[in-house]
Amino acid sequence: MIEAKNVNFYYGDFHALKNINMKMERNTVTAFIGPSGCGKSTFLRLFNRMNDLIEGTRLTGECLVDGQNIYDKSVSVVELRKQVGMVFQKPNPFPKSIFENVAYGLRVNGMKNRKEMEEIVERSLRQAALWDEVKDKLKKSAFDLSGGQQQRLCIARALAVSPSVLLMDEPASALDPISTSKIEDLIYSLKKDYTIVIVTHNMQQASRVSDNTGFFMLGELVEFSETKKMFLNPEKEQTQNYITGRFG
Amino acid sequence: MKTDLRKRFGRNSYRRAAAWLEQAVEGLFTFSGWISIVIVLLITVFLFKEGFGLFQAPTVEKGYVLCVNPSNKVERLDGAQIKRIFDYEITSWNEVGGDELEIRPFRFEEIFDYYSDEELGADYELLPEKLAEVIGGDESVVAFVPEQYLPQDRAGIKVVDTGHITPGDFFGGREWLPTSTPAARFGALPLILGTLWVSFFAILIALPLGMGVAIYMSELAGERMRKVLKPAIELLAGIPSVVYGFFGLVVIVPLVQRAFNLPVGETAFAGCLILAIMALPTIITVAEDAMRNTPRAMREASLSLGATQWQTIYRVVIPYASSGISAAIVLGIGRAVGETMAVLMVTGNAAVMPTSLFEPIRTIPATIAAELGEAPAGGAHYQSLFLLGCILFLITLVISVSAELISKKQRQVV
Repeated sequence: MIEAKNVNFYYGDFHALKNINMKMERNTVTAFIGPSGCGKSTFLRLFNRMNDLIEGTRLTGECLVDGQNIYDKSVSVVELRKQVGMVFQKPNPFPKSIFENVAYGLRVNGMKNRKEMEEIVERSLRQAALWDEVKDKLKKSAFDLSGGQQQRLCIARALAVSPSVLLMDEPASALDPISTSKIEDLIYSLKKDYTIVIVTHNMQQASRVSDNTGFFMLGELVEFSETKKMFLNPEKEQTQNYITGRFG
Repeated sequence: MKTDLRKRFGRNSYRRAAAWLEQAVEGLFTFSGWISIVIVLLITVFLFKEGFGLFQAPTVEKGYVLCVNPSNKVERLDGAQIKRIFDYEITSWNEVGGDELEIRPFRFEEIFDYYSDEELGADYELLPEKLAEVIGGDESVVAFVPEQYLPQDRAGIKVVDTGHITPGDFFGGREWLPTSTPAARFGALPLILGTLWVSFFAILIALPLGMGVAIYMSELAGERMRKVLKPAIELLAGIPSVVYGFFGLVVIVPLVQRAFNLPVGETAFAGCLILAIMALPTIITVAEDAMRNTPRAMREASLSLGATQWQTIYRVVIPYASSGISAAIVLGIGRAVGETMAVLMVTGNAAVMPTSLFEPIRTIPATIAAELGEAPAGGAHYQSLFLLGCILFLITLVISVSAELISKKQRQVV
């Protein structure tokens, strides 16, 4: 479903990702763990081409979504990003109303039909487990919500465009434990409809939500296996050391 | 408490000297702060005091009066009527409330056409008598004479009440003829409107261009391009306005003349163009800064939802930067309103009500710059220029206060 083949990535002269190969199946949750600066976020952002925004970067190898190399010249970045949604580290709602935040992706894609839009907004907010909390204040500013609610709003916003893949870049790192557990529950429930890739600093989180885990270090994918196996019986010593908290 | 501290820590003489120095510097800063506030206040007070003196000035030139034949029914004349009478535009007394009789304007100097120097006496001591003779002998005359030469007890003549210059004359008057005699006309409306007119159209030209450049610089240009462009544009703001004026006079004025096939190129439009060029750097830098301040997270969020770059710009970046952009516009207007030299050089300086962009026009700053040198200090003309200064001050004050409010609002959003 999602595949990286011999991926190398450079920020200018800095070799940020070194020859990475990975395969992620449909309707699974994959977690990337590793110390700061190991390249896991960079790797995640390859799959909706967010790294295109950074000047002086270079990629070799192939990134495939549904068998299609997304860096191929024929691929439209805009279409790709509708297919591969993203949730960021810090909640980043637009300075608009709650409704407009969720409807944003629909509007930029040219949807005019108000009724259809309302339906999708409601469905997305329900999926993000936020509907009951905001259904009476859809016209209020998104900034009136708490941090955890804002993050679920951002998830709803990403879901509204009906992607098949959801990339999450440390989605709970700026949230309190209760909001974090809500996001984790959400990830679990979204798994049946979406392929989810999540970057996290929190190893408990990785073990709770993910099916497979990749451990990154210094731009290399050290180990990639089933989460259970990785946490109980890692193959590599580096992984073992990181998981047990000996460094990182 | 303070003295205790001194006892404990002040033994060291070096430390004591340093403390003394610190206090001296502190005092100096406080002093200079207060001085600048006082100076600003004094200038403002001076400006308003001089300006509002205009409303004590008589309509007719100081030291002169208008006299008519005692049989004339007309008791009072206002500035506009006086000007039109002496311009032979009003020719009959019944137009100003008198009899059906032709008006004969008489200026003081004409007395010498009537009488020889001998007849007026060696020290002109007979002059008042002769004046009374002229005025008393002609029912149709209206004479503009110095008060000092009026006959004793004003026998045989009638002095017309001409009143003072009123705020209505100044703010509502459409004629700016500050040197016309007997009654100078201080109608500031053409100048006020001229200023607003030129500034408005200048901003209308500068805004789309400036926004275009700001969007290009903040969103589209590469890092290297921006590094060249930004200092270049900031440099533009530093060029002296005389140079802009000179450029306008030599390049834009002939260009406007030829392009629109006009009799003269010195028009409001030339002023608009030069002001637009001068306001551009301000608009560009402030708007660009505002757009660059849009958090990266906002742009990424928009792009990650499948928005194109252009959709991201106009749906996220511009709304997010809107208060900064408004501030840019207001500052640009401020620059245009207050600009003197360049406008003076290219607009033709005709103090007429603005009706078209392709006619000469005159702004408040240009008027002050051009006329203050010729206006006798303390006179009505001088005071009227100060009053124009007050108006300009109020306009720019409103502009800068609104810019301040807008940017404050922006800070609150962020």
